[in-house]
Amino acid sequence: MSVISVKDVWKEYDDRVVLEGISLEIAPRAFVALVGPSGCGKTTFLRMLLSEERPDRGTIAIDGAPLPDEPDSGRGVVFQRYSVFPHLTVLGNVVLGLELKAAPLLGRLFGASRRAAETEAREILAAVGLGGAEDKYPAQLSGGMQQRLALAQALVAKPKVLLLDEPFGALDPGIRAEIHLLMQRLWHERPLTVVMVTHDMSEAFTLATRVVAFERRRNEPSDGGRYGATITRDIEVWPKRIAGAPRPLRKSSLPGRDDPAALTGDNRDDPAIEGATP
Amino acid sequence: MRLINRRPGAGAGRILALIPFVLVLGAYLVGSAARLAETPNDKLLPSLASLGAALQRMAFSIDPRTGDILMLVDTEASLYRLFAALAISVAIGLILGIAIGLLPYMRAGLGAFVAVVSMVPPLALLPILFITMGLGEASKIALIVIGVAPVLIRDVALRVGDLPPQQMIKAQTLGASTWQIVLRMVLPQTLPRLIDSLRLQIGPAWLFLIAAEAIASESGLGYRIFLVRRYLAMDVILTYVAWITLLAFLMDRGLALLQRRAFPWFAAARATG
Repeated sequence: MSVISVKDVWKEYDDRVVLEGISLEIAPRAFVALVGPSGCGKTTFLRMLLSEERPDRGTIAIDGAPLPDEPDSGRGVVFQRYSVFPHLTVLGNVVLGLELKAAPLLGRLFGASRRAAETEAREILAAVGLGGAEDKYPAQLSGGMQQRLALAQALVAKPKVLLLDEPFGALDPGIRAEIHLLMQRLWHERPLTVVMVTHDMSEAFTLATRVVAFERRRNEPSDGGRYGATITRDIEVWPKRIAGAPRPLRKSSLPGRDDPAALTGDNRDDPAIEGATP
Repeated sequence: MRLINRRPGAGAGRILALIPFVLVLGAYLVGSAARLAETPNDKLLPSLASLGAALQRMAFSIDPRTGDILMLVDTEASLYRLFAALAISVAIGLILGIAIGLLPYMRAGLGAFVAVVSMVPPLALLPILFITMGLGEASKIALIVIGVAPVLIRDVALRVGDLPPQQMIKAQTLGASTWQIVLRMVLPQTLPRLIDSLRLQIGPAWLFLIAAEAIASESGLGYRIFLVRRYLAMDVILTYVAWITLLAFLMDRGLALLQRRAFPWFAAARATG
């Protein structure tokens, strides 16, 4: 049983084919990275998963039911920019998700229910490392903190599927490494199936359980856009990552760069060396 | 150093800001003195003393004929019309602007209509307003609303359209309904931008107010200016013009202050775009 089931999806703009024959089954709790050159339609594919766009042919189903016609709270999203609301504080941005659910008419909670929502929001903010920044506005946060906030805001609505559109693409390498650790932890701890678009291969292989490459098989200017991108590679990351079971860091068993080479064991040096094998 | 890189210090900036005021005032005083030296009864460029006397007469003493302080009565009448008209315009601008900017059906149905209506010269409609609504307050308020509201509607609709589409998607993934999106996302982000365009509309609003008061009225700042015009009372006219300018300037500053106080997030959010 797969959470997301994509069957033979085509997408065309005017007479230009963007995607052709995309079929993909995504297992529950998978972390799928969509990679590919720019303009290959991976973001278009993500927008279809969001119901922001509709496929011209083919079907997309979530939990066996056809995709709703508009975005809903079953699918959370984090964009590269503009994911958070500039007019709300950090706490307000997260509480908003709870308020919208609980107060259909005013979109606001008061009194005890407001305090309960704030407590829940503070917990999530602490989990993404934004404890203490509750009263700031997003414009006062760095890029990395804003994306942490966007993650917290998306998670508070408890979506089954989390869609990420190059969420960490604009961040510095150091900040990105930190937020990768956070992302892994969140995926392990929460019942999420994640689909992430990225152009960064190392990011894809650092985080994902599965890396799916979109590419145009033919991309000549003379084709006039008659060939869309399709899935050219579908790689299960090895060793397997299992949601909820983070692997211990194995740094200690690996020899450091300047350590002497091991003669025996898993990390032994080239076994062809004479006397290396006991 | 290039001209674009040369900046005045804080003190120099203040002095530079004062220079044009001082120059204009100086030019007026020189011209006034020159004319008064030739003809002591000249009415065109009254001296500061006669301007002060006019202010004293209009603002600080009771008019023997009506028993009122004229400038106070005029100001009250004008500001009532102006604020009523601006309040109505803001309400119309917000409701229709958000509807047109956010809802594709409203945009399809009303967008072109509002664009055309905003091109109708309001002053050309003034006779129609006087004929249909009479010479009372309603026609004057209506004139200002007709002049200001379409601009506000179009500006609000544009600002709503400028909100990043990602925000709309994001709100929907948090489960927001259209009404909740209006209430929690669009309205709070539109209000500070509405203040910007309202500041720009204060000038036109005064223009329409004074035009309406000049033609048919029994009180108001514009009425008084056009009344005393018959006696060439430049001292009263200039005093009133300065007073109207001060009022408009204070309204502008007040709105800017309101924007900063009520929407502390806005300046930084605008800067980072």
